[in-house]
Amino acid sequence: MAHDKDDYMIKVDALTKRYDKTVAVNDISFEVPKGQIVGFLGPNGAGKTTTMRILTCFMPPTEGSASVAGFDVLQSPMEVKKRIGYLPENPPVYPEMEVEEYLSFVGRLKGISSADLPARVSEVAERCAVADVRKKLISKLSKGYRQRVGLAQAIIHNPDVLILDEPTAGLDPKQIHETRDLIRSLAGVHTIILSTHILPEVEQTCDHVVIISRGKVVAKDSVQNLTSRLRGQEAVAVEVAGGTAAAIQQRLEQLAGVARVVPRENRHEAHTFEVESLPGQNVRAALAKTVVEAGWDLHELRPVALSLEEVFLELTASEQKEGVQ
Amino acid sequence: MRSAFTICRKELKSYFSSPIAYLLMAMYAVIFGFFFWNAVGYFVNISFQAAMSGRSFPMDVNEMIIRPLLMNTSVIGLFLIPMISMRLFAEEKRSGTIELLLTSPVSDMAIILGKWMAAVTLYACLLGISMLDVAFLFAYGNPDWKPMLIGYLGLLLQAGGLLAIGAFISTTTKNQIIAGGVTFGVCLLLWVFEWVAGYETTAWATVMAYMSVVRHYEPFSKGVIDTKDVVYFASVIFFGLFLTARSLESLRWRA
Repeated sequence: MAHDKDDYMIKVDALTKRYDKTVAVNDISFEVPKGQIVGFLGPNGAGKTTTMRILTCFMPPTEGSASVAGFDVLQSPMEVKKRIGYLPENPPVYPEMEVEEYLSFVGRLKGISSADLPARVSEVAERCAVADVRKKLISKLSKGYRQRVGLAQAIIHNPDVLILDEPTAGLDPKQIHETRDLIRSLAGVHTIILSTHILPEVEQTCDHVVIISRGKVVAKDSVQNLTSRLRGQEAVAVEVAGGTAAAIQQRLEQLAGVARVVPRENRHEAHTFEVESLPGQNVRAALAKTVVEAGWDLHELRPVALSLEEVFLELTASEQKEGVQ
Repeated sequence: MRSAFTICRKELKSYFSSPIAYLLMAMYAVIFGFFFWNAVGYFVNISFQAAMSGRSFPMDVNEMIIRPLLMNTSVIGLFLIPMISMRLFAEEKRSGTIELLLTSPVSDMAIILGKWMAAVTLYACLLGISMLDVAFLFAYGNPDWKPMLIGYLGLLLQAGGLLAIGAFISTTTKNQIIAGGVTFGVCLLLWVFEWVAGYETTAWATVMAYMSVVRHYEPFSKGVIDTKDVVYFASVIFFGLFLTARSLESLRWRA
């Protein structure tokens, strides 16, 4: 990527956040170019929310630095806050307020002048499809509407940077689709970071992805590169009868192109293993051959999709290996 | 300052669109009404006795009705103030809306001042209800309005101080009940501290008595503005809001 230093809207450098004894975010660094959507992917408790809270000046980092639009979160928090719109995991809405009233309140809080306020409120209400419930109490709204009110709140002052913490959590499929479209439509003008633990969401919405796990960045790449990297790897479930579990496992592990053999379950005679292949290698034919040549019975051979957890495990494991070398 | 007013307006709106404000006003109307009825009944009784015995010393409405009423109101305030202040920050912390406030381009002080002003305004509304009762005294008697006004000013100062302390306590917890309970305890202590002055003259007793809210309110109820008392209430307000600001700041570091 050929970007000047100034092109980065968000810069996170060696950021660390420690709570008492636990380390929530451990020395992470990444940059977001202007106008891009970056997916922040990680399992629960990986440190996504903590990083976002540091970027929004909700809490300070323990070490390292973060800046938004060239302003450091510690040095000039007011300038940072003017330039970000933030949707926390739970939309920060007041149930006793009407939608329009709430949006006006947030608008005023973000420093929109009284003259511009009504126009801005109706614009974002229209944009986030909450115009039809403008006069309704927020406590009476469904989760989907509440989420969209939260999104409207985040963009009301037309911020340079949008920080969205799991914007599609708890929505139904139709709402998820609409929300993703909305987020996509906001890119370009706004630079967006959104966190999620759903892989397809990143594929569909984001340009770049930063994967973090246990407070560390384990992968940073464009979405295309990452998905091809993940697709190159596959796992196969094999059910074999006729030998001891240990013997079968040992034999399978010796095969070329096999990364890992994980025993799954044992039923009477048959043993099930999950065989993970190295990227770009298809080991199915070799597997079948080996089993038959050894005089065992092959009961089942079926591809297993790598679940997200396994992707994370895989990424963290490989990262650690690289670290050792 | 604009953001402080924005927050103040929103807080007032929250008070008045939930049952809290109405409940407090209704309770206050009943309690104050009872005290008023009591004070007037007593006054009327004494007046009759004085007339029967043929003595006609001037009966002072300010001294016999308004002043004890104001003193009672000062004590009722100790009970109502925790109910006003408990939700100020605890509710925002529980619902997560504190994240909106703390990530908006407004200073912590604007947030605190806005919330505190709203709480004081609600308390002023309660006092407004008591004025409905007091208006009868003006309709049927001829009390002096100046000392009464000073009495009300004192009540506002007292509430300002206690609400600032309540706001601080509210920042320390997500639980409104805890915030309200602790604030009530502190208010009560600040009231009873005065009692030690009755039998102790040690330095500690003097300091404790000086900290008592009621002791500093008393001159106001007589219509006397003493610099010493104004300084006391101003210090409590300042100290309370200062603690709130520090606590809100530490919330960021600990959160």
